[in-house]
Order: sequence, then C-alpha cells, then structure tokens
Amino acid sequence: MPIQVLMPALSPTMTEGKLAKWCKKEGDTVAAGDVIAEIETDKATMEFEAADEGVLGKILVQEGTEGVAVNTLIALILADGEDASALDAAAAPAPAAAPVAAASVVAAPAPVAAAPVAAVAAGPAEELDPVILTKTAYSGPMPDEKTYDKTVRMTVREALRDAMAEEMRRDEKVFLLGEEVAQYQGAYKVSQGLLDEFGPKRVVDTPITELGFTGMAAGAAFKGLRPIVEFMTFNFSMQAIDHIINSAAKTLYMAGGQLGCPIVFRGANGAAARVGAQHSQCYASWYAHCPGLKVLSPWSAADAKGLLKAAIRDPNPVVFLENEILYGQSFDVPDDPDYIIPIGKAKIERPGTDVTITAFSLMVGTALEAAEVLAAQGISAEVINLRSIRPLDVPTIVQSVKKTNRCVSVEEGWPFAGIGSEISSVVNEQAFDWLDAPVRRVTGVDVPMPYAANLEKLVVPDVNRIVEAVKAVCYAS
Amino acid sequence: MSQAPRRKPRVQKSGDQLVSPEDLVRFYKDMLLIRRFEEKAGQLYGMGLIGGFCHLYIGQEAVVVGLEACSEEQDTVITSYRDHGHMLASGMDAKGVMAELTGRRGGYSKGKGGSMHMFSAEKGFFGGHGIVAAQVPLGTGLAFAHQYSGDNGVCFCYLGDGAVNQGQVYESFNMAALWKLPVVYVIENNRYGMGTSVERASANPDLHLRGSAYGIASEAVDGMSVEAVFEAGQRAAEHARSGKGPYILEAKTYRYRGHSMSDPAKYRSKEEVAKMRSEHDPIDQVKNKILGLGVIDEDGLKEIDKEVKAIVTESAEFAQTSPEPDPSELYTDVLIEA
Repeated sequence: MPIQVLMPALSPTMTEGKLAKWCKKEGDTVAAGDVIAEIETDKATMEFEAADEGVLGKILVQEGTEGVAVNTLIALILADGEDASALDAAAAPAPAAAPVAAASVVAAPAPVAAAPVAAVAAGPAEELDPVILTKTAYSGPMPDEKTYDKTVRMTVREALRDAMAEEMRRDEKVFLLGEEVAQYQGAYKVSQGLLDEFGPKRVVDTPITELGFTGMAAGAAFKGLRPIVEFMTFNFSMQAIDHIINSAAKTLYMAGGQLGCPIVFRGANGAAARVGAQHSQCYASWYAHCPGLKVLSPWSAADAKGLLKAAIRDPNPVVFLENEILYGQSFDVPDDPDYIIPIGKAKIERPGTDVTITAFSLMVGTALEAAEVLAAQGISAEVINLRSIRPLDVPTIVQSVKKTNRCVSVEEGWPFAGIGSEISSVVNEQAFDWLDAPVRRVTGVDVPMPYAANLEKLVVPDVNRIVEAVKAVCYAS
Repeated sequence: MSQAPRRKPRVQKSGDQLVSPEDLVRFYKDMLLIRRFEEKAGQLYGMGLIGGFCHLYIGQEAVVVGLEACSEEQDTVITSYRDHGHMLASGMDAKGVMAELTGRRGGYSKGKGGSMHMFSAEKGFFGGHGIVAAQVPLGTGLAFAHQYSGDNGVCFCYLGDGAVNQGQVYESFNMAALWKLPVVYVIENNRYGMGTSVERASANPDLHLRGSAYGIASEAVDGMSVEAVFEAGQRAAEHARSGKGPYILEAKTYRYRGHSMSDPAKYRSKEEVAKMRSEHDPIDQVKNKILGLGVIDEDGLKEIDKEVKAIVTESAEFAQTSPEPDPSELYTDVLIEA
C-alpha cells in the first residue's frame, strides 16, 4: 500500500494553503527528512519534509494550486518493493477511508480541534454555575472552628516566628529562605532565633535575587522539600511573580496531578508608612486572581499563627500576606500545640444585624473601630475578618448578608478588579434578593502611593470612610 | 527494543576506549529513537493532530543521549520547551509522550500539559518549561534539594543559547556557585534563539564563559558528537557530584528544523543546514563508526531501525486512539485536596 502524503498544517492556525512548488518529481527517490514541497501557509512559505522513505510515485495536487485544505491527499510514495501498479488503488478512495499504511499513520482522519471544544460545551448545564466555574476560589461549607480555652498574649511577629519554628520542628523538609532571614534575624525580626535553633542549612540567607531564589525554592518544592520563601516585602515579589504563577501555581495542573509545589511565599504586604509608591502596595487581588494558589492574609496574632501553620502544612503553593504595622501589635493566641486554623474559613469578629463589613489584614482593626463608632450612632455592624482571600469564604459572607441585607467591603488595595469587586459580584450572584442597597467598596485610592504625609493619609481607608460608606448603604444621615 | 529503563547504568570504560562499541550501538539506538519520534511528531502536527507550539529536537540528539549516559539513578533533569528528546532519554514512555502531544488522556499530563509541559517524578524528569530560562532557577532548586537531602544526586539543567541572556540565569549561577550546588548547566547552543543568531544576541558568543564571573568551571564541546558529549559530561557530572559545585557545559549543536513548526527558518541558508546534515549529523557519525568497528553490520542496523520504527508507530497509534480527557478533568489537579 503506498504511503499517503497529506497536505500538512504548518502553523497553529492554518486550515488551508497553497502548494507552491514540488521539490521532487515523480519517480524521484525520497528519504525521511528530504524537502519534497514548498507550501505557503497563512504566515510564511514553509518547506515540507517527507516523513517516510521510498519513491515519489504520484503527485495528485499540482504545484501552484491554491486553497488546498489541510489533510488533502497530495501525493503517494511507493515504499520499498512496491511498483506503480499500487498507485491506482491508493489514489482512488478518499484519504480518510484509506487503510493505515504499516509504517505510517497518515491515513487516519484528523479530528481537528473541534472535539474538545464541543465536549466542554456539551457538558452538564450546572458546570456553567459561577460557583463551579470558580471551584477552587470559593470555600465550600466548613465545620465550626475548634475553640481553645487557654490563651497567651503575644505579638503578630512572635506568632509568625512560633508558627515557623513549630512546623520546622515537626517536619525536616520545612526550611526558610530569603534576604536577611538568618544572621540579621529578619529584616522585620520575624525570624528571630530561628538560625540559632535550626542552623544555616534550614535558615538560608539569600543574595538579593528574588527571581532566582523564588524559582530555586519552587524547584526544591518540586522535589518534595517545603520551602518558606520570605519576601522582605511583597513589593519585591513582582520580580519573582513569573515563578509564583507559572512555576508554582500551574505545575500541578500542567503535570496532570503528578507533581505539586508545596511552598509558602510570605512577607509584609500593603502600605507601611511614608515609604512611597514602590513600597506601598497590596497584592491580594493580584495573587487571588490565579487558580493554583491559595492566598491568606491574617489580622491578629492568632490568625497569624494558626494560618501560617496551615499554610506550611498545605500541599499547595500559598501566598501569605502579612502587614508591617501589625507585626508589633499584641493579641491573645490559643496556647495549644495543636492550634491551627483551617484555610478558607472567615471569622466573624463582631456580630451585628444592620450591615456586613468585610475586611482583611490591617483593615480588620479599622473596620472594628468603625463598628464602634457606628454602634454609638445606632447602627449594628457585623465585621467579617476574611483571613483567607482564596479560597474566599463565600458561605459566611452570603449568610451574613442575608441577615443584614447590606454589605460594605474594605481593603487597602486599588478598587479596579479588587477583592471588593469579587465580593460585590458574589453577593450579587448569591444574595441579590436579600440586598436592600448596592454593595459599597471602600478601597485604597486609585493612585500610586504618594509620599507626603497628608496625601498618604487620603489614600488608605480610615474609620471615617468606612463609617460614611456604611451610612450610605443604610440610607442613614 | 524495549523501552529504556529508569536510568541506564553508567557506561563502563573499557581499556583505553572511552566508550565501548556496545555503548555506541546503544547511543545509536537512543538517538535514532528521538529522531524518528520527532519526525513522526512533525507529521502528526501536519495532520492537525498536534496543535499549538511544537519544538522539535532533530539534529541535537547527541547532547541529551551523551549526557543521560553520565547520569545516575537519583539524578534529575529539567529543560525548556524543546523537551521531547529529554523525556525519551530519561526513559519516559514514548506512548505517553506522543499522547500528550495529541492532547489525549493517555499522555503524561492527561492531555493537560501539551508538548511543553510534561513531567515524570518517577523518571526524575521535571519538565518541560515554556518560559525561556525559567528552568534554570528551578533546576538550581532541584540541585538544592539534592544537597539538602544528601542523596548524592546531580541536576542536569538544560538551557538554550537564547536563554543565556535572561537575568535569572545569572541569579542562579551565583547561588549555585555560592552554595556549591550539584548542578550541570548544559547550554545547548544550536546557534539560533528562534530567528536570532548567537552573534546577533550575545556580546560574547563563547557561552560557556558566562559563568566565569562566578568562578564556575566550564567547557565547550562538539554537541554533534555523542562521544565528545559523553566524555565531557563525565567530567561535568563528576565535578558536580564530588561537591565542587556547578559546571557549565556548552554543547555546540544544531537544530535542523525551524524553532517551532511554523518557523520557515529564513534566517539561515539552506546550504548551512545541508552542510550540517551531511557532514556533522550525530546519528550518521555513530553509524559510520560502528559499521567501521565491525560491531554491527547493515542487517543489524536495519534491525535497530525496525525496532525504533515499531516503538514510534505504536506511540503514534496510541496517541490517536487514546481518548481525549473527560470534560470533568477540566477541574481536577488545580489544587491538591488536603
């Protein structure tokens, strides 16, 4: 059976092309790799090489022919031992119906791309539900959190350090790396004491080389280690964002589930004070946008400890957004070796009946202050500490809004496509009929952070702006 | 011919000969498998069975085959998107690789990765990376993990002549040298980063010198000669494995095909390609040598050709008959459920 030569697709988008020139004549011997024709695609003129050896028996599409569809039979190659009498039989049937030549699979019909698209489109209607479409972005229903009787007072800084130390004692594969984490004891003293306890093998001072050490840590995680990468601040993670997204977040999927990346990226996020535009940015919505990542942002020391331990134990890449201003604040933390917070669980910090305020990180404190002010004015605000940005605890938010019928989201980040946009959207999708007012967003102002103290103060959400937003959705004056 | 094992045993030196005649025959087989596999992949692409980007390794076979013979069981391999040859040399199953190219559920990534994104933790192959030079810090991390766990392993981290101008390569070189990580950086210099020649892209085209600022030992080698690659690879692997830190091996090689399937390769002359193919082909060189040594005759070569062809044909058939992934697979493997 002669080998069938089909019109090839020579670019990702080519459906037909011009057979510009035959480089071999009928009767010529061809070897695998020989250029047999030149074909004009939608982009360029390409050389077309033979994939089999034999004698070019018959040319079926003459040179100069335009609009030749991909997979049209254009020539026949006689294999070793075949003569011209084999040609007539081979040329007659449609290419799709021809039997597969022993040494070649060219005769198989090409199921050009349409099939997978159709399969998805034909899937069950429920797959178009927005909750399903964002399956890994929203939490499912979660059991109630464990309560702890005994607590101890500590700063957020100490809580983060203790979380790392406890997990490093628990698992030899956990190690910390970053700039100034070891000998300097942490640029913000978060890793204080860790070098003394665990030594330089597990507490690794890196050069100032964010892209390099982030990629290196992701590679180590592919091999089963559990790195904690400290960014001195998350502003510098932009140098490394390719490895956070393309290497850490996507590999499990690209590998069909056989290779994951258990890694934590942590550090100070958001504005500190008077450090200017390049050092004052919230990355919550940047990272929360991406499937394959979990994104956490603690407020209290209890959040910090329980969530960081959960992040380190999680088999997935976790972005852990801390806040420099919070490092020195003290909170009560459960005094229990098994204390941990499940990822994806928000916390109602203050129950209320008139409005739901969502916030995370530093803004939780500001929202709680605003709730005090509002209480004095007769408005009962329920304050939700999101803790987990992705997955987002949508059930807790929606349940609260169904009770209060009003929602204000608070965040330091910019408004466009921010966390508030997502909350507004999901409340719209899941609690529209319960809303008595449109959802309002209180966000950082849509400008790079200014240096001047008075201007900076205008950018970051404060108690007053939250109070005003709440009054607006309550139609109160 | 059965598929290659997890890792081949290291080649044994016999007397004064660096590579035994039997090893050369095996090199021939391994290179031929890559060549025929890639030709078949090109053909399936032409039929519309493989979509998107597809970067063929034809012409460069000696590099990965020569170096794979220098590796040990626990070693790791990582490379860019021109990766099919590395997978086959690592002992990954041709059927699984080809089925991934066609986007079928029998592929290594269940059809969700494609040509540029395949992995086999079992075979020590860590991708398959589509961002130029991203594999260099990742491979440095694999070496970090070898050192951390003390498994005496080495990472073979491949990069192209285009990748050497990315900043993250030097961030990696610095850390690898600083911490004496067991990594061999293999620069596969095929002379063109897509359509731009090394001379037009690199201020100093001697790419193996790129680690000199970090004191990294290096050499350039004829990447069209599997024996030369193997010989240099032994030195490189030994250096890295013995705790002396990274090693840069620049393999001067050549890709016969375009950068990807849709590249007409107008940036070089037909004569240049023809000369490489006729005078430096890595497979022909070994073929002539083993025939000359009398370790195999024409019939023996034909037998090998047949065996290789059978593997490739089987892989192509599997890649067309394996079903597409179930639509439900869309949502799996985004996160590991804790």
